[in-house]
Amino acid sequence: MRSHARIGFVLLLTPLVLWLGLLIVIPHIDMLLISLRERISFGVYETSLTQYDKALTEPLYLRTFWRTAVMSVLATAITLLIAFPVAYYIAKMARGRLQQVLFMLCLIPFYVSELVRTFGWMILLRETGLISSLLQWVGLADQPVEMLYNDAAMMVGLVYTSMLFMVVPLVTTLESLDDSVVEAGYDLGGNGLSVLREIIIPHAMPGIVSGCIVVFMLSLGNYLTPTMLGGKDSLWFTEMIYNQFIVRSNWELGAAFGFMLLVLSSVIVWGVLRLTGRTLQETMG
Amino acid sequence: MNKTLLTTTCLAVLGLTQAASADTLRLLTWGGYAPDEVVEMFEEQTGHTVEVTKSNNEEMIAKLRATGGGGFDLAQPSQDRVMGPQMEFGIYKPIDMSKIDESLFIPSMLKATMANTTVNGDVYGVPHVWGTSGLVINTAEAGGVVKDYTDLCDPALAGKVSYRLKRPTLIGFAFAMGEDPFAAYGDEARYKEIMEKVEAKLTECKANVKTYWSGGDELMNLVRSGEVTASMAWDTGGWKLNEDNADITFVAPASGALGWIDTFVLPSKGQSDEAAYAWINFVMQPEIAAKITSVAGNFTASAGADEFAEDALKAKYQASFPQEAVDNIKWYPPVPAGLETIEGGVLDRVQAAN
Repeated sequence: MRSHARIGFVLLLTPLVLWLGLLIVIPHIDMLLISLRERISFGVYETSLTQYDKALTEPLYLRTFWRTAVMSVLATAITLLIAFPVAYYIAKMARGRLQQVLFMLCLIPFYVSELVRTFGWMILLRETGLISSLLQWVGLADQPVEMLYNDAAMMVGLVYTSMLFMVVPLVTTLESLDDSVVEAGYDLGGNGLSVLREIIIPHAMPGIVSGCIVVFMLSLGNYLTPTMLGGKDSLWFTEMIYNQFIVRSNWELGAAFGFMLLVLSSVIVWGVLRLTGRTLQETMG
Repeated sequence: MNKTLLTTTCLAVLGLTQAASADTLRLLTWGGYAPDEVVEMFEEQTGHTVEVTKSNNEEMIAKLRATGGGGFDLAQPSQDRVMGPQMEFGIYKPIDMSKIDESLFIPSMLKATMANTTVNGDVYGVPHVWGTSGLVINTAEAGGVVKDYTDLCDPALAGKVSYRLKRPTLIGFAFAMGEDPFAAYGDEARYKEIMEKVEAKLTECKANVKTYWSGGDELMNLVRSGEVTASMAWDTGGWKLNEDNADITFVAPASGALGWIDTFVLPSKGQSDEAAYAWINFVMQPEIAAKITSVAGNFTASAGADEFAEDALKAKYQASFPQEAVDNIKWYPPVPAGLETIEGGVLDRVQAAN
């Protein structure tokens, strides 16, 4: 009986171990080793920290690195600001059928792939696109307006892409908030703002933190949206990794960039958890 | 219970080896180089099956590098991308010229490609499709302004220009600025100097650019909708757009169009060389080559295929390339290692510049 239980345990654990080991741990170790070498000549490599030195001293790489981080944080904040009222309405105000319909409406855009959604935005925003034509038709603009290929367009794309991942955890946590607690808050003389600050936000904190972490990671690691909507000025860090690996065939520097991104995202997530006084266990469990 | 597991595993392993047996030709190529019609004819005639993967130069090399030359049986990088990657990563294997029918090729093109792809006395590439890159222009709006790459920076075209942020742009601008980057290939210091000049020009020119295009279809949309009136692109793109709008066409720049030749190479861990040689000899037959030309839009190195090419395409070619423009084509020599690092730095800085 005991040995049976152990076989069961091993069998259940095997897929996880294989998944983590083969697809995550081993490739990362290999990547780390690649990032720690320097090309001397054809097929000759030496171990060195040159790649990290290059990545940290070249102003361009550093600028892109910080730009990506700041823009991702900004995208996360905007997503939270937009998603919170939406989630609150779905969880607390809407009832029965309406609640399900609204939730479905949030979900439907995600039935199509990210590429198609991004193309949708391109059709709307481009110079000969829908919004530009509409503005001219109404008379608000006398010539085609270009709304694509700038940071704002990119931000719109990023927020839209990650909206669902903020709404879902928020709805889940807000649904568990007892209405009577909110009522009690008002009974005790609170107004809308203080109830929001003292009762609703503290209760929704696990949802806010986990939503923010997911959205931040998605934005930071996004490749498609910045490249397609951002245009000529919007160098995203993932695009630089792709460029080093594929276009320049410089795997060493690309691997170093990859590790910098990994460290950056880990540090920021750790910082957010520290700031909000939560542990990863509470947030994810 | 254990027995069943063992049998299943054995079957699975057998199944896997079966799938990789020698009759499948895994072809890594460009869009349009292996049209369905040609693949069907080949499969019917030889019994081999063909799996086509579409890609581009950088991705082909990255894919082969990642697997050490495995996963494909035949690939088609440009001729300037054969020697460097072979010396660096050893991802190709030598071509046995006795298995290739040399009479099917245009002799001068075969000779040039073989010379450009020879490493340590072994030949690694034979030519397939060739073409040029230059300017695709809406002649009604930008025809008077744009004669060369540097004219894309003319203030009259502000916000109506698009080009790629890749090495052909650097090379093109260098030629248009009166430099000869190909002559400086062997001299890293001199090349760096030229690239710095180009970087200054491209940074200054950035305000003119609407966006840097990355895929052929993206550019076609931009030009077709009129959002872009002058761009740097391949000849075929210009000719295709010409069918929809007679004002748009490909123009060979005054400093010379840049000529490329896509080759056939054998990845070092390719498993069905026989099928690969059969494919090369099959598609180089004039009738088949003409079919590929009509789909891809570019001419091939097949001798005598011109006879079978469509008249419309020939006419467009002749309109874009008068004899002196043909003589002025700058063919890419093999890229020495190290230069791409210089170019990469320039491209990154231009993209990040404000």
